[in-house]
Amino acid sequence: MATVVNPTRMELTRLKRKLVTAVKGHRLLKNKRDELMRQFLGMVREDMELRVRVEEQIRAANRKFVLAKAGMSEEILQSAMIAPKQEVQLDIAMKNVMSVDVPVYTTKTRTADESDIYPYGFAFTSSDLDGAVRSLSDVLPDMLKLAEVEKSCQLMAAEIEKTRRRVNALEHVIIPETQEGIRYITMKLDENERSTQVRLMKVKDMMLQEAHHYEM
Amino acid sequence: MYKIAVMGDYDSIYGFATLGLAIFATDRKDDDEILRMIRRTADSGFGIIYMTEALMERLGSGLDRYRETVAPAIIAIPGVTGNTGIGVRQVRKSVEQAVGSDILFSDQDKEKEQNS
Repeated sequence: MATVVNPTRMELTRLKRKLVTAVKGHRLLKNKRDELMRQFLGMVREDMELRVRVEEQIRAANRKFVLAKAGMSEEILQSAMIAPKQEVQLDIAMKNVMSVDVPVYTTKTRTADESDIYPYGFAFTSSDLDGAVRSLSDVLPDMLKLAEVEKSCQLMAAEIEKTRRRVNALEHVIIPETQEGIRYITMKLDENERSTQVRLMKVKDMMLQEAHHYEM
Repeated sequence: MYKIAVMGDYDSIYGFATLGLAIFATDRKDDDEILRMIRRTADSGFGIIYMTEALMERLGSGLDRYRETVAPAIIAIPGVTGNTGIGVRQVRKSVEQAVGSDILFSDQDKEKEQNS
């Protein structure tokens, strides 16, 4: 026991109260950690699946873009891409999962027309480009979902780490130290009481001897 | 209202411009310039930044400070040069941070080793 405690009744009451709080807090935090962990594991699996799918789709779209680029001159491609018609706006709402604020994304496109993803006339560009743009626009919903899930995972991982540290600190430091302190004070108080008792008995003997000349 | 950005080399990202995402080409910029650019975009209302894996690999730990903030979310996507695996590594990093060790996806590694 490293810390010094005063062996007084007041300190004992204080420590006992502290122990009760610590035990209660430990139980609560442990439950929080377990539930967070359960949700996190489900989410991280989803994250991995989404990631594999999105990466595959984007790779396929990239291949198409490379092909499309090969079939046209650089200038035509650049001028075709220069002024996008569509615009995506993102709205972030917050959802509270076990005290972690995770984002929920909803998107709005500026125009509802699906063909607005083609910002160019079809006269000078190859049809490969149309296909490439199309396939990219098909990935977008999954990409948003991925961003949402992945961000949630990162935030929850940080929170779990924090909670785990707290649980461990309570379990291995605060609670044992408090118990040790309580034991120390109780023993000290008991010892004091015994010594008082013995002293009283001694005094009584001495008084009896003085009064009646008893021999022990 | 937030916006969405895509960062990386021009060839990997120009397609996203057609969808209405803001693109930031990083071909001729050094790391410090890019990090400054990211900070600027983060401050000016971008909720998600998609970033090519090659670029993410280059910036390394410079991006760690965005892991615990809600916006922006920095998400790795493959570029034309292909995967570097950093996207998957980021997911594992989360698992490791939360659990203490990678319990979920280490099995997949073993399978891969056996297959190869």
